[in-house]
Amino acid sequence: MFELALFYFFASVLVAAALTVIVVRNPVYAALSLVLAFFTASGLWMLLRAEFLAITLVLVYVGAVMVLFLFVVMMLDVNLERLREGFWSYLPAGGAVGVLMVAEMGLLLGGRYAGVLSKVAEPSADYSNTKALGRILYTQYVYAFEIAAVILLVAIVAAIALTLRRRKDSKAQDPSAQVRVRRADRVRIVQMPAEKE
Amino acid sequence: MNAWLDTLLTLFQAQLGAVWGPFAFELVTSLAFIVCIVGPLMGCVAYLTLWERKLIGWMQIRRGPNRVGPFGLLQPMADGIKLMMKEIISPSQASTGLFFLAPIIGLMPALAAWAVVPFSPEVVLADINAGLLYLMALTSLGVYGVIIAGWASNSKYSFLGAMRSAAQMVSYEIAMGFALVVVLMVSGSLNLSDIVEQQGRGYFADKGLNILSWNWLPLLPITVVYFIAGVAETNRSPFDVVEGESEIVAGHMVEYSGMSFALFFMAEYANMLLISTLTVLMFFGGWQAPIDSVVTNWIPSFIWLFAKVFVVVSLFLWIRATFPRYRYDQIMRLGWKIFIPMTLVWLVVIGAWMQTPWSLWK
Repeated sequence: MFELALFYFFASVLVAAALTVIVVRNPVYAALSLVLAFFTASGLWMLLRAEFLAITLVLVYVGAVMVLFLFVVMMLDVNLERLREGFWSYLPAGGAVGVLMVAEMGLLLGGRYAGVLSKVAEPSADYSNTKALGRILYTQYVYAFEIAAVILLVAIVAAIALTLRRRKDSKAQDPSAQVRVRRADRVRIVQMPAEKE
Repeated sequence: MNAWLDTLLTLFQAQLGAVWGPFAFELVTSLAFIVCIVGPLMGCVAYLTLWERKLIGWMQIRRGPNRVGPFGLLQPMADGIKLMMKEIISPSQASTGLFFLAPIIGLMPALAAWAVVPFSPEVVLADINAGLLYLMALTSLGVYGVIIAGWASNSKYSFLGAMRSAAQMVSYEIAMGFALVVVLMVSGSLNLSDIVEQQGRGYFADKGLNILSWNWLPLLPITVVYFIAGVAETNRSPFDVVEGESEIVAGHMVEYSGMSFALFFMAEYANMLLISTLTVLMFFGGWQAPIDSVVTNWIPSFIWLFAKVFVVVSLFLWIRATFPRYRYDQIMRLGWKIFIPMTLVWLVVIGAWMQTPWSLWK
């Protein structure tokens, strides 16, 4: 009963936050609503006793990805008028894709997962979701997991390689050279006899 | 003591449960426990500010605050009253809602993280299996208060501070995360009580020298990285370019006044206490006594925890009194080019070590 109330609370906040992301004018507010949406989604996962996924969602998406996202959004000089120009002409196509996606997900999820909340098995006290997930990830699905890791690595390298420009006039300092400097390199003490009038 | 507490709780449950049902009982006890943790924590935060001023004063051959009350002991009260009396000003071009939400968002994770901290073998509010993950998730949220404050103030200095802090905290979080992964690897558990218990086992612990069995010795480089990353994560000197008063006045806090400023201040000190407590829990044996003897075992475990946290927090202050502020590019270099590769290498080294017959962690 209490969990059901929590579920409806999280679900309604999630839907409202997700709606705000696309409705609100200011991109910073949109990004913050997305943070709220991630947070409530993690609450929903917590209700399903998937504590690892729930906490990782907060750790990775809220704690790292969205921080960088906000970082970029705050620095961009976004012209709201130009962004909203094509709204009505894009609406039919976007709406159709959205409805299609909802329908497909409804077909896929509707039958199998309806009432999944009531079927959650109460785990025993020493059962660790994290441990179970780790075990299965590193035994049964180890190849898929490693391949995913390699793909991500390639993506990182590619992103850096595509955007890295070596500037010729860059004035970066070399800290190790700075640290290696000794007094003799910079200061020369000269003995000078006192001059008499 | 415990039996007495249990009787009281049962009595309380019977009374309250009869009137409003078991849910009300849960709610009331949880709230009571939260107050029991946050209340003393706020007291510690208040007196940490005094201790900081006193200690830095002594280090600089000054007396520190000594006018309000005996030895200046009432100084935090005076500061608190002063801050409460000040007018709260909001810049006319600020986005007001976010402007006042930011300090609360900054303080919230610093307090919520204490839910999983074990104060002694029995005393922990939520002894959850994924305690370490929960802590990592919550400490990564602290940056939002700073970013939102910087943006909502609609001021250039605030914004610069927010950008600096976002970059800095995200970079050092990675090194911190890897350091915690090493701890997790050697203790084989995400539960903080288990992590502390595990440190009480080993060759030296059997000989009564617990202090040599704690994680700090076998994981020494990781301990150092974790602590320094912790200093950077809390934006303390010498990594306080976020506030950098000589460059950007006070960074994200520049437009705040009165209690809304005080909330940021409280968040910083609560975070400092949290990072110190975590350093003690992960690397310095938590509530355990350093040597196994009659006298040290007689001292209650939470006093050991408190004493260790006090030492580590004082280290924060000592560092502040000693080192000049880092240059911004060198902060980034330290985080990305030194700490992250170092923790990655040590992750592999410890992993390999654990597979050899000389593994300390079985």
